[in-house]
Amino acid sequence: MNRQIVKLFGLVVVLFAVLIGFTSYWSVFDAKALKEKDANKRPLLEQQQIKRGRILAADGTVIARSVPKGHGAGLRYVRRYPEGALYGHPIGYSFVEEGDSEFEQFHNDELVGNESEFSSILDQLSGGSQEGNDVVTNLDPAAQRVALGDLEAAGHGAVVAIEPQSGRVRVLASNPPYDPNRVPYELSKLNTNEIETPLVDRATQGQYPPGSTFKVVTAAAGLESGTITPETPIDAPGELEVEGTPLRNDFGISWPGATLDTALTNSVNTWFGQLGQRLGEATLFEYMERFGFNSTPPIDLPADQVSKSGVYDAEKEELLGPNDPVDLARVAIGQERLVVTPLQMAEVAATVANKGKLMKPQIWSRVVDPDGRVTKRLDPSQYSQPISAETAEELTTAMEGVVSEGTGTNAAISGVPVAGKTGTAETPGSKACGGGEEENQAWFIGFAPAEDPKIAIAATVECTEEFGNDVAAPIFRDVAETILNGE
Amino acid sequence: MSARNRELMALVPVALLLTAGFAAVFAQENSRLDNVSLVYGAYFFALCLATHVYLRVRLPRADPYLFPLAALLMTFGLVMIYRIDPTLARDQANWFVLGLVLFALTIQFLRDYDVLERYRYTIAVAGLLLLLAPRLPGIGQQVNGAYLGVKIGPLAFQPAEFSKICLVVFLASYLREHREVLIVGARRVLGVTLPPLKHFGPMLVVWGASMFMLVVIRDLGSSLMFFAAFLALLYVATGRFSFVVIGMAMFLVGAWFFASTVPHVHDRVEIWLNPYAHPHKSGYQILQSIFAQADGGLFGKGFAQGLITVPGTNDALLPAAQTDTIYSLIVNELGLFGACAVVLTYLLIAARGFKIALLAADGFSKLLATGLTAVFAIQAFVIVGGVTRVIPLTGVTLPFISYGGSSIVANFVLLALLLLISDRARRESEPSERLGGFALEGR
Repeated sequence: MNRQIVKLFGLVVVLFAVLIGFTSYWSVFDAKALKEKDANKRPLLEQQQIKRGRILAADGTVIARSVPKGHGAGLRYVRRYPEGALYGHPIGYSFVEEGDSEFEQFHNDELVGNESEFSSILDQLSGGSQEGNDVVTNLDPAAQRVALGDLEAAGHGAVVAIEPQSGRVRVLASNPPYDPNRVPYELSKLNTNEIETPLVDRATQGQYPPGSTFKVVTAAAGLESGTITPETPIDAPGELEVEGTPLRNDFGISWPGATLDTALTNSVNTWFGQLGQRLGEATLFEYMERFGFNSTPPIDLPADQVSKSGVYDAEKEELLGPNDPVDLARVAIGQERLVVTPLQMAEVAATVANKGKLMKPQIWSRVVDPDGRVTKRLDPSQYSQPISAETAEELTTAMEGVVSEGTGTNAAISGVPVAGKTGTAETPGSKACGGGEEENQAWFIGFAPAEDPKIAIAATVECTEEFGNDVAAPIFRDVAETILNGE
Repeated sequence: MSARNRELMALVPVALLLTAGFAAVFAQENSRLDNVSLVYGAYFFALCLATHVYLRVRLPRADPYLFPLAALLMTFGLVMIYRIDPTLARDQANWFVLGLVLFALTIQFLRDYDVLERYRYTIAVAGLLLLLAPRLPGIGQQVNGAYLGVKIGPLAFQPAEFSKICLVVFLASYLREHREVLIVGARRVLGVTLPPLKHFGPMLVVWGASMFMLVVIRDLGSSLMFFAAFLALLYVATGRFSFVVIGMAMFLVGAWFFASTVPHVHDRVEIWLNPYAHPHKSGYQILQSIFAQADGGLFGKGFAQGLITVPGTNDALLPAAQTDTIYSLIVNELGLFGACAVVLTYLLIAARGFKIALLAADGFSKLLATGLTAVFAIQAFVIVGGVTRVIPLTGVTLPFISYGGSSIVANFVLLALLLLISDRARRESEPSERLGGFALEGR
């Protein structure tokens, strides 16, 4: 029997090895995935016992802080947002039951002071308890307030303002806003509000037809690819038959032999439609992708809460690529099935403003540990260089014309040259607008001062009967002025 | 060094570990060191010392490592339970004392454990009655859908813990007598070696008993534990692996059939396969068990630093932390390394148990030692495997660690039997104490 006993012991060894194997799997190898499961409240509960760091605006205004509740083993911290709805987007919220979102979610590790496994052991040995770091943002409270105030007066929509040379996000506003302090009480109500959708950050998730603002991208592709120069004349009739449907200019005006400046200043549809066709789909898509289309914008927000921009096929539920059949002339003027986020259009404006270089847009600026030391500082980095400095300069000239004498005169700031582009996409029968027939998506993108840009902005308003110059350009002006005055 | 001196040497670090463990929990909860932990350590060491002295007198040659290993597991249990709830730890300490008393009584009165063979049918019937007791009206108790507990007046216990010993005693005795015929009488049918039909009956009875437990007591864990112990014994007694395969097939067929007909068993399997289907209801316990382990990592969060309830409330975050999921709490607070220590301790106990079986001279001792060791190891596997999702989670206790009097007392009785077998085996292999004491040491 002894041989069998030894074999039986061998089996027990194997069985116990399986136990060790499974324990290692759960506790080490699969631990990260398990911590991210929705059903797992532990990470949040544990973080709740850590004093989560504050989130501050650029000027030190406290946007989010944690206050203690209970004591002893029941001690926990609850998040408070002193500024209420002003920073609901893009800061988001962080609560145990409801989870977290946006900036709070993306910068969680810094806010709770999660270091490596090794240094947390050192912490345990030294008896120090974990404490979170403060994260200072680039957000400009005055400009954020102006942006949200203007939006609330104009309608649902969003404003994104970026410092072109660094990618610092100075304003990220979405209307309707929500007060993160209310999330523990009315999350389901906020979630099920299908019409207002206050939890949707329209600045990063809104998928809007860009209208004529997209002509900046088309023009950039034309100049950079050598398809046109600023002097290239294109005959733009008042009406052009494309794919069986006529493409019309505003008021049916025809522009014979128009060059880029004229075409952009007057937002000539048939001019840009033809340019799009000359570029060809491969080239236009290549430049779109250089500007960040078809990719998740490289901003410091959770990837699932930032939408991609591009030609969206609603049936396939995916973005189309350069080999899919599209109506190129209408893509070139921002129609067809093209949808963009306000963030993406702000990146386009910022690229032109920054001599053709697209910097990664970042909301955070620095991380400050509990002792007040700055442990990390934003090091601005380039995402891509879609166009050359020369092309950017040529575009700037054309965009200045838009504001000085063209469709975007309401964006003008006295004493400061402004470059920009209006957009008015017709969205008749849109469900989000309640099905009205006269509904537009109004846009303005631009930057100021034109020759030495300090700020690039995209502003958009949904479901309005007015044009980009009427509702979006004034928002641009107010926000730009606020930021320039604060410099 | 003599066996008993080695035992004494091994008990010292165990007592120190207990002291250190309590000190750590105190330090965490009260932010100060307290000499109470020294007092607890001293009590614990005194109890171990008394038991050791008793063993020195009664079973001088018995295996020196088993008792310190069991004490080590008790240390893990006492500290973790104290950390959950000091009142529960006080109960546990009382049961530890009671367990040691029964340990001593077993050694006192079963020194000649061959007597067990004579009463094997009585013991078998007692074991089955114990199993059935939880279903009896008036005294039976249902816990989480399974009938595991019995309550007579103020006395509540889990009979399955004791019945496992009864069944192992019966099987060891029965197989000792019939193993020859089981081997010789076996025939090959269609290339499969089958046991002789005549002796098939009793085997069927054991299979039936396991299935019965599945249906009547609705306890998949105990059923698995009993049947696996039976197969282990059958294999060791006959050396026929085919018997094991047949037995396993029969169990799986039966378990599959009942899993699809008995809702409680079916649910257990369903939760095991799809825990995320109802993460806040049926899947809650296993998921929280795994989440707790995920939080432990390599080194754990440290004593008393894990979460058992949702802070500020009494809602369980790790349900049944003191019983079913205590292993998950150990992983959570002591990490993968702590868990390895626990599993290795069980493995060492199994190794010593099987060593005793190897040394034992007569068939009954061999089979009894094998059976007791196997059932002990399998019980640890069933519950640790349950909380780590190797197998469906069932309410079996983690021997010597989980909170619960029946489990502790029964396992100390089991330990006493192993030590009795060990002492006799070594005595018989050493003809004279004086001659062998030196020359044969360390064999």
